[in-house]
Formats: sequence, C-alpha cells, structure tokens
Amino acid sequence: MADVMVYAEMRDGALRPVAREAVAAARRLADGLGGSVVALTFGTAGSAEAAKGLAAFGADRIVAVESEELSRYSPDAAVGVIESMSNQLSPAAIVFPASAQGKDVSARVAGRLKRSLASEVTELAADGGTIVVTRPVYAGKAYARMRFTDSPALVSIRPNVFPAVEKAGAGALETIALPATESKTRITGMEQGARDRLDVREADIVVAGGRGLQGPESWGILEDLVEALGPQATLGASRAVVDAGWRPHGEQVGQTGKVVSPGLYFAIGISGAIQHLAGMRTANVIVAVNKDPEAPIFDVANYGIVGDVFEVVPELTEQVRKLRASGS
Amino acid sequence: MEELQVNSIVCIKRVPDSETRVRISADGNSIDRSGVKFDMNEYDKYAIEEAIRRKEEAGEGTVTVMTVGGEDAKETLRQALAMGADQAVLLRAETSLDGLPVAIALSDEIRGREFDLLLFGKQAIDDDGMQVPAMVAELLGLPAATVVVSLEIDGRRAKARREVEGGHEVVEFDLPGVVAAQKGLNEPRYPSLKGIMAAKKKPLEEKDVTLVGGGLELIALSGPPARPEPQILGEGTEPVAELVRRLREEVKVL
Repeated sequence: MADVMVYAEMRDGALRPVAREAVAAARRLADGLGGSVVALTFGTAGSAEAAKGLAAFGADRIVAVESEELSRYSPDAAVGVIESMSNQLSPAAIVFPASAQGKDVSARVAGRLKRSLASEVTELAADGGTIVVTRPVYAGKAYARMRFTDSPALVSIRPNVFPAVEKAGAGALETIALPATESKTRITGMEQGARDRLDVREADIVVAGGRGLQGPESWGILEDLVEALGPQATLGASRAVVDAGWRPHGEQVGQTGKVVSPGLYFAIGISGAIQHLAGMRTANVIVAVNKDPEAPIFDVANYGIVGDVFEVVPELTEQVRKLRASGS
Repeated sequence: MEELQVNSIVCIKRVPDSETRVRISADGNSIDRSGVKFDMNEYDKYAIEEAIRRKEEAGEGTVTVMTVGGEDAKETLRQALAMGADQAVLLRAETSLDGLPVAIALSDEIRGREFDLLLFGKQAIDDDGMQVPAMVAELLGLPAATVVVSLEIDGRRAKARREVEGGHEVVEFDLPGVVAAQKGLNEPRYPSLKGIMAAKKKPLEEKDVTLVGGGLELIALSGPPARPEPQILGEGTEPVAELVRRLREEVKVL
C-alpha cells in the first residue's frame, strides 16, 4: 500500500504545532507514493473537534480516538491502536513527531511491529517506491542518508524543520472509542516547569547564555531580551553553565543536551565548544556576542559582535523593544 | 523501604567522545576512527550509577552490564565494572545505525535472565536514535519509562519522572521494567583505584552475535551543510543598530 499514517500529537485536547508539521510531511510523502494520509489523534471526548483541523494540512482520513483515559499520554493505548491500524491498512510509512511523546511512542511501535525506525529525520521523500530519509548523527556533526527496505517505514520528524504547509485533504473524520487496553506503563501526573516558556526545541528564537555571563545572577539581561523578542522566544544554555548549576538541564543546547533548529539563535557569552556547535548549527540565523574575537562561535555565526555582553545585550534589548513598539 | 535485593542489567555503548571532531571516511559509509577518542556514552553512566545505588541501598543484588560492539568495547565494559558493576557481557558484532537489530540482539540475550531493572542511557550520542530502550521493552513485553530524571522504588512499584517539553511526566509501573536515564538522575561516581583493580578480576562473558531484523540501509554519510560566511559587524554597542537592521531586512527574522 502507498498510504501514510501519521501520529498527530495532542496535549490537553489541542493539537501540538509539531502535529501539523508531521501531517504536512506525511502529505508530501503520500503524494510522492500516490497514496492517502491517515491521521491519528488521541484525546478526551470532544478532542475530535480539534483533530478536524488536520484536513487543512493534507489529512484525507482523520481517526480520532476518544476516551476519558486519554487526558494524558497513554503509551500502551497508543501502541495498541497504531499496531491494529497498521495491520489493517498496511501503510507504506508511519510518521511521528520527534517530540518527547513522539519519540517515546515511535520506538515502542517499532519494537511492537519489529520494524526499523529513523529518528529525527530532516528529510523524508519517496524515491520511486522506496522511502529515503536523511537524519543527523553525532548530533549533526554528520548526516546519514538511509533507505527503508521494509514497510511500514517508521520515521520521526525533527520539530521546526518540516514546514506546516497548508494543503487540503479530504478530511473524513471518524471518532472511535479506545479499545480496552492493559496499561503496563501509566502516566499519572504532569508537573509543569516553573515558567510558561516554550521548550528550547520548539521556540522560533533561542537566546542562549554561556560562561561569559559570569554567574546565574546575570540571566536577567537574557530574560529581558527574550521578553522583548516576544512569545516565540525562549532561553537556552551552554553545557558549562548547566554543569555549573547556573541553569536547568532542560535548557542545555548541544550534543549532550538538546539539538535545536530555530529561525534565530543568539549565542551570548558562549565560546562555541564542538559539542555546543553540534547542537545549534542548523539554526537558520545565528548571532554571536562574545568578548573574544577568536571564539569558535564566530565561525558558525551569520552575524557577530565582539564586545562585553553586559553592554551589548541591554542595548540589543532596547532596540528590539523600540522596533516592536513601532509596530513593525 | 526494606528490599531484599535489586538486580539490574545495564545496556551501554562505546561512542566517540562529544568533544571529538567527526570526519567521514573516504568510502562515505563510516566515520574516520583514526585519532578519535572513544568513551562510554555519557547517559549510560547515569544508568550504571542508578543500578549500583539500588543494589547498595537494598544491600544485595547483581549489576550486569551488557553491550553490542567490537573487541574495543571491552574497555568500556571494564570501565563499568570499575564503577562497581559485578559482571559484563559483550555481544560481539559490528554496530549498526539501525537500532532495531541491536534491540533484537539485546532482548534475545536478556530474555530468560532474572532482573528487576533494565537500564539504558536515554540515547547514544553517536547514532542519536533514542529508540533501543523502548524497543527492547516492547520486545520483552515490559513497561518502560524513557528520559528519566528521577526514580523511586517501593517494593515492586516504581515511580519515575520523565522529561517532556515544558515539564515532567510522572510514570508509574511495576517491576521488572525498563528505565532510560537522562542527565540529572544522579551524580555518577568515578571509578576508584580499588575499583579499577577489582574490575580486572570480574567476569566478562563474550559471545559472537549476528545482527538481524533490520530494515534500514545506509546510503551515505555526509558532513553538515555549510554555514554562510560569518560577518563580524564590529565591536561594542555601536554595531547593534546594524545587527537589528540586518535581522529585520536582510534575513527577515525580526
């Protein structure tokens, strides 16, 4: 078969942005294969209403699984439904977002179906009938081009890489109840982080700080810049400052932290160790501010300013505020 | 909680150190290993530490470390034994960028062994697949918590916190179960001199395995896409206005 199934992740009854990216990526793949797109959502009663929106991104068929048990992620329920749908449809591929949940569920599905999984792909296409992907390895120090020799091909797509292009699909909606599932792994709670800021992997703009800030008490200047840049901006950190306990591990960008691809990345007081560069070099635009003109971060930056971060950053914040205030 | 013993199996991997520059071999199908420093995958250290702590707290138990790799992976297994693991298993095979054959080989070896915890690092920093722990859990029919930053065990019940976007999920399951360790789970110990000496006498079992069941083939490896030519705009606060103008007009990201 040439159909493409896609796991359209929801949280709290709403589609996550990466769900639209995954459906749009599935649409392009299905067009290359000559098949249709079947999107799958999991949520509580009424979540099918939000799932309808996937038609605009190319879903031909939307299967919304609803149950009161699905107020939180249920790995065993998701794997069971995906397994039975995959057995019915024999799809060419199943596309997942490479989010925290998508990576967890995709690897479980791979184990259940005994099919290979390409994680965090940055390219996904049909070459004749063969599904070919590109995925970063060694945290992006190299890229592996790979082909699937079996179906369904399981892939998770890196967030912020595949554009959520609008392209209407037939959008036939079916709401189904969750079949009885034995849950061996139970998600029993969710603890929100201290601040309601975007995760560093999902933000369009990342303001990352390093040792050049001299201490955790200096982060106010970065927080001010994030605030000036707006709700699409968030904070990141180098390994050095996370290891020093200045910032939480969740903010760490690099090979042993998170790999990010935002539209705009500010490296503030970050010298640019190899493992850090590996985590951010796929950002669209990189701006570096560092007092050392020889810092390796300047080799990957689109724009660099050599200077004292305590002078440059507040000036930058001020100018961004003015720009925003002028309404343009 | 009073526990009689906690037995753990920890699956680990030998990988290039994160500060290593990666060069592609002339054949385009592998990395150039010359001059590359190899080390135990960082996240595996948290997994080993957790296993050793659980055993120490319980007072009894066995920590078995296991890897799929070449002859040189023995050095990494010895490192785990020096930290305090009791025995090691080398499944000798060429590693693969496809996680499934590795997960199958590990689960075939683990099936039939007695254990309470099956631990992994959350991902290997070479293939970055982040998939083998959950695959093995499914292949063995076990519960699994991935990307775990804290773990509580009370009798046969386990409660973990896993990192997700913007917070943590609480995951509960019954033992035996799979836990994939994230940085923050604990503070891994360094091997002591005594530990290093003792490791030389600990059992290290070797088996040849064939990796089967994969469905992904490597076409070629390449370097990362080139970055545009860097432009240094100047020094101090003076070039800030120019920076903002370029971000707005040239690359249109503001």
